Amino acid sequence: MDKMPSSPLASYLAYLERGRLAYQYSPEADAPVFFPRVICPKTGSDRLEWQISAGLGTVHATTVVHPQQGAPYNVALIDVDEGFRMMSRVEDVPPEQVRIGMRVQLRVHRPGGDEPPCPVFTPVEAA
Amino acid sequence: MRGLQRGSAAIVGVAESDIGAVADLMSPIDLMAQGIQRALVDCGLTLKDVDGLFCATTQARTSAMSLAEYLGLPNAHTDSTIVGGSSFEIHVAHAMAAISAGLCTVAVIAYGSTQRTVGRRAASVREYNPYETPFKPFLPATAYALAASRHMHQFGTTREQLAEVAVAARQWALLNPAAWEKKPLTVADVIAARPISDPFTVRDCCLVTDGGGAVIMTSSERAKTLKRRPIHVLGCGQSITHATISFMPDLTVTGAVESGRQAYAMAGMSAKDIDLAELYDAFTLNTILFLEDLGFCGKGEGGPFISGGRIAPGGAFPVNTNGGGLSYCHPGMYGLFLLIEAVRQLRGEAGQRQVAECETAIVHGNGGVLSAQSTVILGTEATL
Repeated sequence: MDKMPSSPLASYLAYLERGRLAYQYSPEADAPVFFPRVICPKTGSDRLEWQISAGLGTVHATTVVHPQQGAPYNVALIDVDEGFRMMSRVEDVPPEQVRIGMRVQLRVHRPGGDEPPCPVFTPVEAA
Repeated sequence: MRGLQRGSAAIVGVAESDIGAVADLMSPIDLMAQGIQRALVDCGLTLKDVDGLFCATTQARTSAMSLAEYLGLPNAHTDSTIVGGSSFEIHVAHAMAAISAGLCTVAVIAYGSTQRTVGRRAASVREYNPYETPFKPFLPATAYALAASRHMHQFGTTREQLAEVAVAARQWALLNPAAWEKKPLTVADVIAARPISDPFTVRDCCLVTDGGGAVIMTSSERAKTLKRRPIHVLGCGQSITHATISFMPDLTVTGAVESGRQAYAMAGMSAKDIDLAELYDAFTLNTILFLEDLGFCGKGEGGPFISGGRIAPGGAFPVNTNGGGLSYCHPGMYGLFLLIEAVRQLRGEAGQRQVAECETAIVHGNGGVLSAQSTVILGTEATL
């Protein structure tokens, strides 16, 4: 058997480095798979294809974390339009104003240093 | 649970170790051993009778090995399944299976934690998750808070209803001399407390204490020969739906639906047959979710169900009668204490907080972030 050239996480992060939110698609299950894995949890198959999200989604759940030191911040679960859910945060709006059902779009945050890029979201501007 | 026989094994001894804030430099295995010794005294067995060790703690990577060494039991059957706070409900099923299969005859289920003394961060090191850790969720509270946001959004569950769960737990705790919290609590107190992760304040969150204990199990046949009224295991169930909150299939429906279904099927019972519920209340939301998922009310009706003191002392349905993880004791993996309290209630030994006419109890453990659900149904001799 061929050795896997890149781990699921390394591939995911490589896409993020290029500003893209990638997820896997299982052709046999005809379903998205996220978080990225070696096999599809629906079929057990190792046939998983990388796809790129358009970066649009909806806030599914939200909370404001109040750290002992520092300012409160948002943590949210985002339903990405391609059919998977992920943890993230919504920026550019006070954390307590993030609402379930709010439409959001991807922004790849680059913390710098040794930290990998991080997919955050911002409210979609009202047309 | 398939393959297990209703009523084939019983809980014969229970005890807490020291709890709350324990002596300096006590180890989690010291607390397990202390719980085991006290639980053996409770049922009249001795360490020589023990041939099965079931244990879990976040502070010893190979806890069964450490416990076998500590107790000098090289030939004991061991199982250190660890899936968070519900590990001990799962141990009940595993011990029942092991006793039936002849792998052991007297099983101890043990827990110990010194998380208050050593600090929560040192006691339970959180694994780095590349899909969650960068967003700094304050775990586990943030995970449960996200689930609460959905429950409030979908069903209209209110902040006050969540707070009422904490108030009921506190009222029970005031009847329990062993409880950590000693002062009354109001809905307004809960809401005005220090915010942690919205909608939760510190009063919606379980305590951070030390503690441990043990439960002794044997065959129902042998149980009849021992000191105490045996409390029989009538049903068991387990469901692990996810490990991280991002990947929970539905934030408002837990694996308790499935673990409860398995346990009720094995016991030949339904929610209406249950006199008492001990439900893992890591956060106020949990009690509401588990009452729904175990069939005591409909989905989304948990908030109105607990209102007006229904689950508090004197209410129509007693829940978490020791004061729960919210007000009695919470050393990190609280599931063992649910079993201890249910057994004491079923034996009629619960003192001031004793529930009248208590023959059946449902014990529901929760592990991780609403992840690992395990249900045990217990009953007195009359329910066999």
